Amino acid sequence: MRPDLQIIQQWIQPNSKVLDLGCGDGSLLHYLQTTKNVYGIGLEIDEKNIQHCLDNGTNVIEQNLDEGLSNFQTESFDTVLLAQTLQALSKPDHLIEEMLRIGKNGIVTFPNFGNWKSRLYLASRGRMPVSKFIPHSWYNTPNIHFCTVKDFDALCRERNIKVLARTVVDLEHQGSWYMKAWPNLLGEIAIYHISKDTD
Amino acid sequence: MPDSIPTDSVGLVTPQVYKFEEPLTLRSGKVLPEYQLVVETYGKLNSKKSNAVLICHALSGDHHAAGYHNEDDSKPGWWDSCIGPDKAIDTNLFYVVSLNNLGGCAGSTGPASINPETNKYYGPDFPVVTVRDWVNSQLQLMNTMGIPEWAAVIGGSLGGMQVLRWAISYPERIRHAVSIAAAPKLSAQNIAFNEIARHSITSDPDFHAGRYLEKGTYPKQGLMLARMVGHITYLSDSAMRAKFGKSVSNFEQDTAENFGRDLRSGKLSFGFNVDFQVESYLHYQGERFSENFDANTYLLMTKALDYFDPTVDFEGDLSKAFAKSDCKFLLMSFSTDWRFPPERSREIVADLLKAGREVSYLEIEADQGHDAFLLPIPRYIEALSGYLQRIHQENESDAS
Repeated sequence: MRPDLQIIQQWIQPNSKVLDLGCGDGSLLHYLQTTKNVYGIGLEIDEKNIQHCLDNGTNVIEQNLDEGLSNFQTESFDTVLLAQTLQALSKPDHLIEEMLRIGKNGIVTFPNFGNWKSRLYLASRGRMPVSKFIPHSWYNTPNIHFCTVKDFDALCRERNIKVLARTVVDLEHQGSWYMKAWPNLLGEIAIYHISKDTD
Repeated sequence: MPDSIPTDSVGLVTPQVYKFEEPLTLRSGKVLPEYQLVVETYGKLNSKKSNAVLICHALSGDHHAAGYHNEDDSKPGWWDSCIGPDKAIDTNLFYVVSLNNLGGCAGSTGPASINPETNKYYGPDFPVVTVRDWVNSQLQLMNTMGIPEWAAVIGGSLGGMQVLRWAISYPERIRHAVSIAAAPKLSAQNIAFNEIARHSITSDPDFHAGRYLEKGTYPKQGLMLARMVGHITYLSDSAMRAKFGKSVSNFEQDTAENFGRDLRSGKLSFGFNVDFQVESYLHYQGERFSENFDANTYLLMTKALDYFDPTVDFEGDLSKAFAKSDCKFLLMSFSTDWRFPPERSREIVADLLKAGREVSYLEIEADQGHDAFLLPIPRYIEALSGYLQRIHQENESDAS
């Protein structure tokens, strides 16, 4: 399992209902079903990934996130996941609000564009960063809405979204004290556990 | 039959007849005092009796889903592309049961059977049967065959509706529901097409108010017309273009594919004859169908489609109908199907989610329209195969 999924799964309660937006090959849902008795539904558009889900017995629905989630009832899930997909959505803010309508809480992970490597690349070369971390050129990238940890914090404040937990890790998904101290500079992948601020 | 039976065919099969003397009360309130169902099975029931799969047929289908009846058969059963050793519905793993539904005309009791009370053909006196009645009769069959639970009930179109009814009515008897190219109920447009089909049959002078068999005739023109109209709704515009746009010059083929307007004899007749290949094709399809299908059965099958609405007992709310369902669901639809388009399957998926059911859904890109569910479209076959392999693995791990 991908290491960021390893971190996410710790926040999922046993016997809960989980909706995984962009569930990939379904390995996280499969793990949660078998170890935590979770009721899981995955959404995916990649044909190969969908087939993987069918093959390993994970519920998967072929659905494009950009076309909305109106087919899901309000508060019908405990946790709604969005792992490494936020930056590829046409309306990421709208989808986050939908996540918190459908789920009691949400988990979002995204590549942090505020990482020092991106900053250095843009500052020194004057071109859009291309790296192992961001492997596409500007014209063919599926990632159309990059943001930084600070940007996401600001969005949460604006939309009254409560950050239950935040962690940043590097590409090997290792955290450290210095990443905790300077998350936006040193973190490569940001992982947020959020809910509606009902206070 | 081909020169030799393909290795992935179930081979020669013999239908069996099951007679039921327990009366069946129908949804209409009428009672069928006795009836018979004609059945084919492929594969072997395992010792735990946990590998039985029910195949539900669509409007014009029957029990003959796979293999050949005799050496002279030119074509195998209607779903031979999916049922057989190492095929998607693998008869090495599953015991596959396929029947002709009540009211059918392939051997099960229907309008062309003799009414024991009158010793004449039932004809128009055969009661209108619904999807629910079919599922109830399939339950009787299942009990007679000693099958405690279906590993899966699988069907496309009207067959997919029977699958949904199984999941709603008998949740304890079904583990997986595979409903393909179906709809939660018919649209006004669907019903309209069915009414054209029925009207063309009943207005044929040879219909004789449904008693044509007693008169030694049948409404051939009406049946032909019904099938021609129906057939158009099974195909897509793109499928028809591809099918009837091939024999044009290379130049034209490169440009517009001739819009599927192939001529039959190479030139226009300037009369009201059959000019285009598509016309000739529809005539052929209609004619062949009219020779093999009972008109009263066609009327019954289209009514069963029109009447299908599992929400009637649940205040019009399909999600409530699924509240007690306990099986897993797989739904699939096809992009160019305009009879039961993907939106209709998505409606079912939304209500399954609302009911908190376990569901998977695939939208298959396919040019062939509604007919796609009968065709070997690679992604569709792979998905069905993967899902059934998974059922088999569950079966095996439960057994150990």
